[in-house]
Amino acid sequence: MNILRITGQSALGLLAQFGKLSLFTASTLFWIFRPPWYWRQLLRQAVDIGYFSLPVVGLTTLFSGMVIALQSYTGTERFAAEGEGSVATVVVLIVTRELGPVLAGLMVAGRIGASMAAEIGTMRVTDQIDALDTLATRPMQYLIAPRVMAATLCLPFLVLVGDIIGVFGGYIVAIYQLGFNQGAYLESTLQYLEPFDVIIGLIKAAVFGFILSIMGCFHGYHSGRGAEGVGRATTNAVVYSAILILVADFFITGIAFMR
Amino acid sequence: MQDNQIIIRGLSKAFGNKVVLKDLDLDIPRGKSVAVIGASGTGKSVLLKCALGLIEADSGSIRVDGQEMLGASRQQREETLRKFGMTFQGGALFDSLTIWENVIFRYRQGKTLSRDEARDYAASVLAEVNLEPRVLDLFPAEISGGMQKRVALARAIADRPEILLFDEPTTGLDPITAGVINKLIRSAVDRLGATAITISHDMASIKVIADEVAMVHNGRIIWNGPKDKMEDTGNPVLDQFVHGHPEGPMTPSSDNG
Repeated sequence: MNILRITGQSALGLLAQFGKLSLFTASTLFWIFRPPWYWRQLLRQAVDIGYFSLPVVGLTTLFSGMVIALQSYTGTERFAAEGEGSVATVVVLIVTRELGPVLAGLMVAGRIGASMAAEIGTMRVTDQIDALDTLATRPMQYLIAPRVMAATLCLPFLVLVGDIIGVFGGYIVAIYQLGFNQGAYLESTLQYLEPFDVIIGLIKAAVFGFILSIMGCFHGYHSGRGAEGVGRATTNAVVYSAILILVADFFITGIAFMR
Repeated sequence: MQDNQIIIRGLSKAFGNKVVLKDLDLDIPRGKSVAVIGASGTGKSVLLKCALGLIEADSGSIRVDGQEMLGASRQQREETLRKFGMTFQGGALFDSLTIWENVIFRYRQGKTLSRDEARDYAASVLAEVNLEPRVLDLFPAEISGGMQKRVALARAIADRPEILLFDEPTTGLDPITAGVINKLIRSAVDRLGATAITISHDMASIKVIADEVAMVHNGRIIWNGPKDKMEDTGNPVLDQFVHGHPEGPMTPSSDNG
């Protein structure tokens, strides 16, 4: 009986949490499109997400591009495949379709999702969110909508920059370490890259930006009391963002490329 | 007949099994300063948050100028909330905004004020709570707890509200700073002619701030009357609370909701 009770309680808790998250997401979408818009908040978030995340996204994609170049070289070597063409193709396709958006999403989830949860959670436990309400300002509109909007709009920009840096990382390894021909490598890179690959990567980025900001805001907004509550909200925001980003990546990839 | 600006009837609120407010009735007369007192954990802050709609009450009625707050639409609630100014226990100043931006946060809404005009207005309101213009560009974390309370008071009165709510306004302050805050609150309430509700268990504060006192015990108002009469009511619970006797009908465990 105890097992049944525990299972039932967990299932109900999960459903309740899912319902709360759905309402929160619907409410966020509703307030995103309703005036007044807090442009200063939006700009502040956009700078924080789009500009200050550039170093971490740039470094991550640079080294990922370099690693892919090395791995694809050592992998294709076994099948005696032609060097320049296969390495260049693997690097550009994996970076634009997969690693660019996924790594940027995960890194920004760690940096921004966590900070959103911590900031909003602290505002919750110090009554700042209640204070907003008493000052005739809707917290969903002032705090949540600008953050979600900024993350959804800035992630594609970050991923585009990350794509370029990642491909450049593969290029450095291919030319300076593996000794490939520069012209042939660049030609292969451009030959096999289609606009669709980049566009799908950018769509993924927008979806990941939405997910990580919603999770950061949701967990912060519903943070428990005290430092422990804020800490748990921050951890949950990062963990659930990462899981949902990978799940969404699978489905978007399936829809886009398995036609 | 007394003109009551806020009328609370049968207000009940429970968190799970813990009943905090039970059929609570309370009238707040227009233009009077009422202190709601009671031991820690008796639901004083919950009462205030229910009145503002920050916490949804389980049942009952809260009417502000005849407008029912429980079950009111968001728009109706927002219109009524414009009459309120509130200070929170910890100040609840916005960390990411400067002091002057905190003060004019609501006042600025719907107005076309230049930055300089808004800043000047913030300086004039801060002067009302004895704060100098040098604090204008500081952030809340850069000023002392007592100054934060004064900024919170300035923010609450900036839009000249009809009703002022103070949640534990002197908690965590030394007696001298607490005395200054009490005087500032009293003078702000008098100057605005506002109706005020103060949640407190600091008897020194209540003697300065309040005209009337209401005592919450076991989720209900057990005594309500003029401040001058509270020390001589014959009510054993109020008597114990007012005089701070460790022995009596009220113990921390029996009076936690």
